[in-house]
Formats: sequence, C-alpha cells, structure tokens
Amino acid sequence: DREFNLSFKYANNAIKTSKYNIFTFLPLNLFEQFQRLANAYFVFLLILQLIPAISSLSWFTTVVPLLLVLCMTLAKDGSDDINRHKNDRQVNNRRVDVLIDGKLKSEKWMNVQVGDIIKLENNQFVTPKDVCYFGETEKWEVHCEAPNNRLDKFTGTLSVQGAAYALDNERIILRGCTLRNTEWCFGLVLFGGPDTKLMQNSGKSTFKRTSIDHLMNVLVLFIFGLLALMCTALAIGNSIWEHQEGTSFTAFLPRQEGANADFSSFLSFWSYVIILNTVVPISLYVSVEILRLGNSYYIDWDRKMYHTKSDIPAQARTTTLNEELGQIKYIFSDKTGTLTQNIMVFNRCSINGKSYGESLQYLGLCEKVDFSWNPLADPKFCFHDHSLIEAVKQGSREVKAFFRLLALCHTVMPEEKREGELFYQAQSPDEGALVTAARNFGFVFRGRTPDTISVVEMGISTAYQLLAVLDFNNVRKRMSVIVRSPDGRLTLYCKGADTIIYERLHPSCSKLMEVTTDHLNEYAGEGLRTLALAYKDLDEAEFEVWKVRHHEASTTMEDREAKLDAIYEDIEKDLMLIGATAVEDKLQDGVPQTIEQLSKADIKIWVLTGDKQETAENIGYSCNMLQEEMTEVFVVAADTAEGVRQELVNARKMMSPGSPDEPPVLKSGIIGKKSEEVLDEKVEGEYGLVINGHSLAYGLQEDQQLELLRTACMCQTVICCRVTPLQKAQVVELIKKHKKAVTLAIGDGANDVSMIKAAHIGVGISGQEGMQAALSSDFSFAQFRYLQRLLLVHGRWSYLRMCSFLRYFFYKNFTFTFVHLWYAFFCGFSAQTVYDEWFITLYNLVYTALPVIGLGLFDQDVDDRWSFRYPQLYAPGQQNLYFNKMAFVRILLHSSYSSIILFFIPYAAIQDTVRDDGKDIADYQSFALLAQTCLLIAVNVQLGLDTSYWTAVNQFFLWGSLSVYFAVTFTMYSNGMFLIFTSSFPFIGTARNSLNQPNVWLTIFLTTILCVLPVVAFRFLLIQLRPTMNDKVRYKMRQDKAVLPPLPRRFPRRRISTRRSGYAFSHARGYGDLVTSGRFLRRNVKSRPTLFPLAESPVAESSPQIYRSIDGTQSSKQA
Amino acid sequence: MKAGPSRTNRPDNTAFTQQRLPAWQPILSAGIVIPGFTLIGLAFIGVGVALFVTSQKITDLEIDYTGVAATSPCFKCTSFAAENCMCQMEFTLTTLFEGPVFFYYGLTSYYQNFRTYGVSKDGYQLSGDTYYFNNPQDSCAPYQYDSNNNPIVPCGSIANSMFSDTFQLYQVVNGMKKQVPLDGKGIAWWTDYNIKYSNPALVNGSFANAFSGTVKPVNWSKPVYELDPTDQANNGFLNQNFLVWMRQAALPKFQKLYGRIAEGDYAQGLPAGNYTLLINYSYPVISFGGTKKVVLSNVSWMGGKNQFLGIAYLVIGSLCIVMAMVMLIIYAKYKFTDDDEDM
Repeated sequence: DREFNLSFKYANNAIKTSKYNIFTFLPLNLFEQFQRLANAYFVFLLILQLIPAISSLSWFTTVVPLLLVLCMTLAKDGSDDINRHKNDRQVNNRRVDVLIDGKLKSEKWMNVQVGDIIKLENNQFVTPKDVCYFGETEKWEVHCEAPNNRLDKFTGTLSVQGAAYALDNERIILRGCTLRNTEWCFGLVLFGGPDTKLMQNSGKSTFKRTSIDHLMNVLVLFIFGLLALMCTALAIGNSIWEHQEGTSFTAFLPRQEGANADFSSFLSFWSYVIILNTVVPISLYVSVEILRLGNSYYIDWDRKMYHTKSDIPAQARTTTLNEELGQIKYIFSDKTGTLTQNIMVFNRCSINGKSYGESLQYLGLCEKVDFSWNPLADPKFCFHDHSLIEAVKQGSREVKAFFRLLALCHTVMPEEKREGELFYQAQSPDEGALVTAARNFGFVFRGRTPDTISVVEMGISTAYQLLAVLDFNNVRKRMSVIVRSPDGRLTLYCKGADTIIYERLHPSCSKLMEVTTDHLNEYAGEGLRTLALAYKDLDEAEFEVWKVRHHEASTTMEDREAKLDAIYEDIEKDLMLIGATAVEDKLQDGVPQTIEQLSKADIKIWVLTGDKQETAENIGYSCNMLQEEMTEVFVVAADTAEGVRQELVNARKMMSPGSPDEPPVLKSGIIGKKSEEVLDEKVEGEYGLVINGHSLAYGLQEDQQLELLRTACMCQTVICCRVTPLQKAQVVELIKKHKKAVTLAIGDGANDVSMIKAAHIGVGISGQEGMQAALSSDFSFAQFRYLQRLLLVHGRWSYLRMCSFLRYFFYKNFTFTFVHLWYAFFCGFSAQTVYDEWFITLYNLVYTALPVIGLGLFDQDVDDRWSFRYPQLYAPGQQNLYFNKMAFVRILLHSSYSSIILFFIPYAAIQDTVRDDGKDIADYQSFALLAQTCLLIAVNVQLGLDTSYWTAVNQFFLWGSLSVYFAVTFTMYSNGMFLIFTSSFPFIGTARNSLNQPNVWLTIFLTTILCVLPVVAFRFLLIQLRPTMNDKVRYKMRQDKAVLPPLPRRFPRRRISTRRSGYAFSHARGYGDLVTSGRFLRRNVKSRPTLFPLAESPVAESSPQIYRSIDGTQSSKQA
Repeated sequence: MKAGPSRTNRPDNTAFTQQRLPAWQPILSAGIVIPGFTLIGLAFIGVGVALFVTSQKITDLEIDYTGVAATSPCFKCTSFAAENCMCQMEFTLTTLFEGPVFFYYGLTSYYQNFRTYGVSKDGYQLSGDTYYFNNPQDSCAPYQYDSNNNPIVPCGSIANSMFSDTFQLYQVVNGMKKQVPLDGKGIAWWTDYNIKYSNPALVNGSFANAFSGTVKPVNWSKPVYELDPTDQANNGFLNQNFLVWMRQAALPKFQKLYGRIAEGDYAQGLPAGNYTLLINYSYPVISFGGTKKVVLSNVSWMGGKNQFLGIAYLVIGSLCIVMAMVMLIIYAKYKFTDDDEDM
C-alpha cells in the first residue's frame, strides 16, 4: 500500500538541516553575506572609492579587510555546514526494518513513509516517527487527528475488516521514546518528520541573539547617524572654505571643469564618508565572533564541568551567546533529572517507635552496612545504620513485619535474568526503593503470579497467597494487599500517607503514633518522602464476607470505582501501626549549594515541573528554595479564572499592601519597536509562590498575565507544577516579554525543549536518556551544579571580556577616526587622511587586532575561586553595567579627548620645526607617521590599562603588534618596496628620516602620557571614592595574596515542619489491576521474567501517564 | 586518576584550557599611582627644563616680505604688472648668529596638504620613467597636457606651483655688499634625492633630449632640465629646491629649507652687522591671503626652534605633581576600608 499512501504526500521522514551543497555554497553564501548590512555597506564604500573625484582612499583600504572578513565567514559557514551534512546523514541513514510486500526489509530512516509498518527493537530510539503499534493485519485503515502538539492526547480509529478499534494515547509511541522491556514490537507509522508530536511541540527554532547584539545594532545605527552628521558638518566646512579661500587659491589648485564650491562640498561629503568609515569597523563583527568562539571553547575545555562518571564534558552548542551567560536574571528549571536524579533512596525508617538511619553522614562516620551475607542483596544499595541490621538478625517481630510489608505490599514486577540477579520494574522509583530495601534486609521479593507472591525471608523461600490488591489512587492515597501466609494467617498490609493511615489506626496504637509522628516530622524536616506502614490480622469469616462484596463491586458496570473504594474503606480500618519509611528523592550533587550561590548572585530561580504540587514543594524545600523562615508560601490552585486572579491579588496585597492596581511600567521605544517593561516592586520579607498547571493556564491568559507576573516576581521562589511543555515555554515568554531580563532555561527531557528554545539561553542536562533537551540547547553538561560555574565563572568572564572588548574596540576606532576630523580644519576640508593609506588598511586588521582579542580571550578581573566566594560580583552583568548606551557616550567623549590630544600635540610640536640637520620634518608624510605612531602607542597603552590579567599571550600580542607595526612600517617605507611598487609606497624614507629625531619621540611620549594619565587618575579616584564590589574583591585578593577566606561554614538546615508524605501524594495509580488480572503473565510459561512493554518516554514525566501498552499489544494480537 | 580509554572526553588539563595561565594582575593601588604620578611629574619637569633651555638657545630671525603694507619694500612687487620684480629687505644682527645657519622660506595659508593637490603628481614620471613623460597619469589633471595636448613634465599641481622666488643674502661690510653663500645642495632628504626621484637617462648625450616632446609646467619660466644648468647633479628632477617643494607640507603654515650658510667666512655663523636680503619676487600669495617670509635659524639636538614641547612638558609635569598631591589627600581621607560588611 506504499504507493497509495505516498499519493497523499504526507510529511517526508528525511531530515535536512544543511543549507548548501558544493555548487550552491559559494554563490549562496556570498549572496547571504552581502545581505548583511555591514558587508553591503563596505561594497558601497568600495564603489565610492572607485569614483576618482571622491576617492580619498585607495581601493585596497576597503578590499583587503572586506576580503578577509568574507573569507573568514566563508570558512566558518562552510565548516558548520559540513557538520550539519554529517549529522543529517547519520540520522537519515539509520536502519530500520520495514515490512514491505510481506517481508521485513532494512530501510533507511529517511525512506520510511507514513503508512509503513515497521519493527521497533528493544532500546532503539524512535527517531523520526510517531508510531502506532499493533499487530499485522490484512486490510486496515486509520483515521486520526491532524498533526498537533498535544503529548497527552491522541484520538483515532483503526478499522480492520470493518471492525473499528479506538486508538488512544496508550497505543502510540512518540518520536523520542525508547522501547523498553520488550524485544520488539510492530508499529504503523502515523506521522513523519515535522508532523510528529515532538517536532510540533518543539516550538519555533529561532536564531538567538544576545542583548549585546541588539545594543550593537542600535549603536551601529547611531554610529551611521554620527557618520552622516560628521560628514555633513565637514561638507559644510568645505563649502565655507571653498567660498572663502578655495576660490582664491585656484591659481595653485585649479578646480575641475564646471565644479563650483557647492559641488565640491558635495564631493567632499562622500570623500569623508570613505575616510570616516572606520567608525563602523568591519572587523568588529568578525572579532566578536572570534571572541565568542574562543570563550565557548573554554566551556568545552573546562575540567570542572566535566562529569567523570558519565564521561561527559560541558559543551557550548551555540557559540554566539556567551556574554549573555553573565547577565542571567531568571533561571527556569525543570525538576526531575535536573534538580533531582530521579533516584529514590531508602534513607530512614521508624519501626515500632525506634528510628533507624540517623544521618551520620554529616558527622563523617559513614560506614556502610555489609549486606554480603545476603546473596540476593542489591550491591548498589547502601545504608549506614548498623542497629537496624542487628534488629533484623535478632529477629525482632516488628522489624520483620516491617520488611515483610515492604516485600509484599507493592505492585513491582521482578525480573530475574540470571539466577540471583534480580531487577525490579517499579511503577515509581519510590516503590522500587522500598522493595529494594526489604530485599537487602533479607526479605527478598522474588516473583509473583496472579495469586501468589514468592518471598525469600532471611534465606527461606516462602510463598504468600495474594488474595486482593487494594490499589493506590489519588483519593485513597494508600494501597493494601491481603495475603495468606504459609501458616495460614490472613493479613492485610497497608502503606500510605500518614494522615490517611492515622485515621484508620486502632486506638491501641496511640502511643506509638505519637512517637512515630515525631519521627515523621523529623524525616519530613530533612526533605524526605515519608510513608506510614500498618497491618491488620484478618478474621477468616470476616474476609469471606468482604470478598463476596468485593467481587460484586468489581463486576458492577456503573460506578465501579466508587463502589470499590467504599468496599476498600470497610476493610482498611483498625489498623496496627508498624512504622514509617523515609525515602530520599535524591537531589543531584551540589544542588542546594548551587541554588544558594545563584540566589546570592541575585538570580531568581523558578521551578517548572510536570510533577505534582506536593512533590515539587518538597523538592523546593530540600534544595533550600523554599524555606521555613519564609514569611509565607502562597499556593495558587484555583479552578476558575476569577479565582486565580483573586488568589494572585490577595497574595500580592499581602506582600505589599500598598501596591497599586496598575503595574508600574517603564515605557521605552526610541528606535523601532516600543517596549514596555514591568518594574520590580519592593517587598518586605521573603515569599514563595506555588502555582499549578490549571491555575497557570488561567494566569497566562492575556488579561491576567500581568497580575501573574507581578505577584510571581515579588516572590523569591516560584514553583509551577503540573505544567505542560508548552506552558513552560509560555512562562518563559511571559518574563521575556515584560521584564528586561535575561532568562535561562535548564532541563533534561523532551518536555523541556520548548522552554529551552524559548529562553534567551537554553541549557540541557546531557547524559540522560533521550538527548532532545541537550540537542536543542545552547549549552549542555551533565550535572545541574555546573550551572554555577557556567554562570558565575564563564558567564561573568565572557560578559566582562565582551564588554571590555567592545569598549576598547569602539574607543580605538573612534579615536583613530576623529583625528581626521580635526585635521579637516587644517587641510581645507579636503578629505585628506592624517595617516598613510597602508596604516588605515592595516590598523584594524593587523596592528590592533590581536591585543584586543587577547583582552577578550584572557582577561579576568578575579579568578574563579573568588568569583564563587563572592557571587555578588555577578550583579553588574544583570544590570548591564559594563556596556550600555551611557558607556558608549563615555567612550565617545573619551575618544574625542584622545583624538584632540593625538592631533594637536603633534600639530603643535611639529609646527615650523625642522630636523636636527635643518631638513624638513613638518612635511605631510612625517606628520602622518608621527600621528599614526602616537595613535598606535596611545591606544596600546590604553589597552594595557584596560587589561587586568596579563598573561604571556597578552604581552606577546601587545609587544608583538607594536613590533610588527614598526617592522611593517620600515619595510613599506624602504627603498626596495618603492623600487618594486613605485606608486603604492610613496612614503619611502619617512620612517628613517623622522623616527631618528628625539623631538619626534618626545612628542610620542607626551601624547601617550596625556592620553593615559587622566584616565589613570580618574579611575584611581573612582576606586577611592566609589569602590565597586569588584574593586574591593580585587583589593582583598591582593591583600590576602590569593588566600581565599573560607566560606562561612554551613550546617545542614533542619526544618521543623508538618509537611510530609510527599511520596504518597505524588504516587500515581499502580499496576494493581494488572497484578491481579494476570494477563501479563499469560505467556510467561518458563520462569522467564515478565517483560511488559513500557514506553518510558521522557515526555511521560509531564503527565504521569502509564503506558499500559501490554493491553494494546495483546488485544490487537488477538484481533 | 589515570586517563584511560573510558575518559576519552575528559578535557586536557593545561593552564591554557583551564584558564589558569600565570598572569601579572596589576591594580591601580595608591602605592603605584601616587608615586607614579610624582615620578612622571618630576621627570617631565626635568625634560621640560632641558627642552625649554635648548629651545631658548636657538636663534631665529623671521623676515616677512609679502609686501602687504605699502611701507614694505616689496609692496611694489605685489601689483600684477610687476615682472622680474626685485625687492630688498634690510636687517641687523647685534650678536653673532651661531652657525650653521639655515635659510628657510615660509608660506602661510598655503594648502599643500589639500587632497586633490597632494595627489596631483606622477610618481613614475618623477622616478625617471620616460613612458610616463609622454603619458602622464590622470592624477595630474588639469596639468597633464597643455592646451596643445603636449604632455607636461613634471606634470601636476605640485610641480606646477613650485615656489619661484629666489634670494640672495648680502652682508653689508663697510658699505660694501658681501654675498653670503647659500648652499642649495644637501637640503633635501637623502632618500628623495637618491631613491625616490631620478632623472631619465641621457638621450644622444643630451639631457634636454630626454625631455623632447614634452613641455614645461604652465607656471614655470624654464623647463625642468634647466633648473640648474651649472650642476647636472642638481638639475632636472634632482634639483634640491624642487625636491624640497615636492615634499608637501603637513599644515597650511610651513617653512621650507632654501639653503645652508655653512661655508667660508660664515661657517661659524653670521657675524653681527647689517645684512641685505635681495628677493626676486615672483610668487603670488596675496591673492589667496597668504604671506611669505624668510627665516634664518640654527638648530639644536632637538631640531628647530619650537617652544611648545618644552612648555608642554613643564606644564604637564607640574600638573602631575599637583594631581599626585590631590590623590594623596583623597586617598588619605576616603580610602575604602576593606571591612566585610557589605561583601
């Protein structure tokens, strides 16, 4: 049917990200390059220069830099595109088995068509498809929804020989998923390439530009304006000069035919456009690219961001955003896999009023418990309290009951690939952790059938008869099993949220309850997820009655759930408390410290997670984002738009009673688009905000956005839970739109992609399954904690370097250009250059290129350790202090001053003077040489002043450039060059004749000193009178001779909290049905472990949706 | 930990990649800045004094002979009718004018640095390339060809506008005029004379023949091969007055070397006495508001007379000292204490 399906022209599965091929590369790339304003401008200049009447500079002054820029861009674009070709080829050429004409054929991914039936194998990455999977049939037809971006919904019908089967979300595998727990499955391709849900969800991929880029664009426009202004002024000057002096000077300097003063001033306008073009330096963009590339390499190279365990170094995937890393104001973080490892660890427990697992780690006395006596123990499990194992060995009844409960009351599936090598497939990692704990303490859950559970209890195999599973759901917040032990006793084991269990306890437990409550509080205070455990011995007769009722309820057609719940309620009462467990949702290493550092740097962190509110809150507490000391943590969970608004307004009024109804807005919009910026409002105290997905949907509506934004921004911490990937992006967009702040999104899964793409900077945690996040991110690394190094060290340095670079770059070019301006007054506004043409050509490209790049690559104000010690140093970046419009104006003024010095000092010094042998030195060529040498030395000394970190490379670049200048100058002014290229090097002999004069050197020295000393004095006084944080730290650093003051020692904070049972709240409905239905066990004839296909997609995280694929596969097999 | 095959992605541990390159990290501390300013100030004052004193020792004498004022001896030459006008300026030296004395002529409001003026020459022609004698470059326009379409050599505005006044200096000794020899050789740059400019090869043993088919610049009274018929080494493009003129001035007010007084009786300088300067006045400057002058000057190790550098050094040096004191006061009063309160 391939031809038939092809006729519909469904989206092709081939991926193409490359831009050029061999033939189109050169023309297309050049075409693109000339579309850039800067390049087009230089072509325009070149054309101007070819008009003899205007040409104030030779053609080569423009052609040489332009060619260099074009070639460098060409090389870079070329190598980028080669990489893209490679990647495309790799993805497109992956092999997959496709069913064609009844046979499986290996096909390339790019040739797979919608409507093909393909075979997916275990652990294979579902790269380019959304696949609906089911068995093979003869004739079929699928009707389904149009491509869309909803990950949690799918509707469609499959018609096979007249019979219709519903296709819903449980029957499709999305692109980006990995097939798990089954060797293979067949599937029908529903969507290809760009139609897949993942691609639909990934949001627009826009080319990101940094705020400095935007500023630079504005500045370049401004510079063009300045250029036009200067040229106009000079043209007017020329007109006046021509009227007053030029007309009478024609005896020596005749005008061209028909040229009058006005025409001459028109020509002079264009001539000055050519001369002063250096205010818009062509090499600026190239140098900026080089810097960013270099600073990106530092990120790639950083060993402190390399994760040894997973062998993953940090990677700067986008090399054009570095300095933005130093300006982050908001961080949007995913939770699972980003803040947490998604690993649960059984950490503490309370059994019969005794607490085990006292966290000795803090005291450094952590000797692991030895589980070698238990051959079935999980070697990865570790526990630090020896008293618990002693208790088990001594055979304490309660302890045994505790672990027996853990081994029995769950819906975990065991998998025993080899004898003694057990693997558990748990619906949630919490369950897995609990069962694993029981396993290590000698109560090994080994296998199950629909009605038995086999457990190895302290080495003795025991089989329990499983009579009922009272499964977990959101309302019940508990689960129970009823089992018959080998000795015939009937027991109900129950675990669940403490509040729920406590309501159902037998009054005799009240004393134990009190003690356990204390323990629970303690555990919750440590951010652990707790569960209470209880049991009840059942009376045989009572159970029989209940069983009948249960059977009745479970077979009713209406209201089955509710009826079952009621039945469960009946039997889960008068429970006997055993104890409680505490499971740690393991944070990634260093997460609380990182968050603390980042908040010290005044970065606001928002957690956007698909998890439930309670889980998210819990993590908020355990990584110090929410704190008990906070004045209030608001929870917004209303179900109506009005309700959400009310809650937001209430929260805001509470934080700031006087806050006005209208948000304080800063309107700006001088050039181009108007922008409104919502200002931060001052708040007393610290607040937190927790908002769930439903409310967020209302909050993100057009009319409520600002309310949400204001309230959220007043809080120290914002946690959004149950949010969809698209909402994550919307939240980011909201901040981007209304706050003039730089945002960063960090996440690990496919559901974070849209947010990562929306934020100014997207960071992906790599090394997890599914590389989508990392692939669409700008920066990726293996651990959340590297974020602080990325921002506080790399980001800060990049920003600092970029700003120093830009400030200096503009300074040197303005100074260079403005000298012409002053000379105009002494050369009849004739567009005579002050410098040699070769100097003009090489100034930006050779003489000053490397030192400033050295500044942009190596400079650091304080080293990384001090950056960590004082995160406050990050603030200037957020406030845009180092390079902004004011700074630009300061540069203009500084340049004007320098250029005045650089012109008038040589002017006055050379006026009417002669060499020490009476010969000429006040000639044009000597003056040009003097002026350019003064300029070069003065700007280099200024660079030295701007450099705070002098490496050997900086020294080499600086002295090298100066030496190159003199070497090139002497070479170009040499006899040989003149004899070979007579007309190109008319400056012959100038260097020899003037640079041997003491007054020339005295002049150079005087200009340099005059340019630099006022700056030194100004900066020195500024440091004394208004020291910045930076100055203080540098001063301190010098004082202490690099001995870092120790961080104030932090003790793990304990919370006195009533919040607990996070796990019970976050836990989703389990496999209860499956376990008892036994359908999944049907094929399981041998002791082969049960494998049920579980599409463990990263997208599943946002909507805890269980892919009970087993039904799908099997029912369709039957069909 | 060993870098085994499993650590293939671990970045190299070099000072460069880890950004730990050893570096000098200077800061603008009081210990450097204040003494620095003081030292620079003292040094500048020292240099300034030396420069000032040196400059003071240089004698110079300026004689404006434009003839704007009706009382000026050269006034008669300023009318258009005057041709081959000679005028005479008198001056007196009360003390010995120490030698070697250099004789300059100076012009003001003269824009040799005008762009279109500056490019109006043909470098190939001036280096003796005879192809360009017949085909001068376009840059020479409008002094490329004359009205009869004959090529001009040397072409262009610069050559055409060559300064044409000539001078003779006499010492009046006992009422008798004794000529002071003005050496017009050795006044141009060595590189100009030896490398940049060359005469064409002789044609049929005659220098003039090399220029056949070309005409002299419009304003010139004689062709270039007759600039100094007495000395072939100072003739043609290698005429040193021509070379001096061709080296454009940087500023509209300039002076150019005309001759050196270093021979015979005047090797030690010009003795005190009365002098007469005889000027062959032909170069018009009044039309564009310019002035002409003659400057007699001697030189020192730092070149000609220029007060500016010395004064500038003195002023800047003093300012540095003042600034150092100001900074010291401010430092003592306001220096930030490195307390930790806001860190």
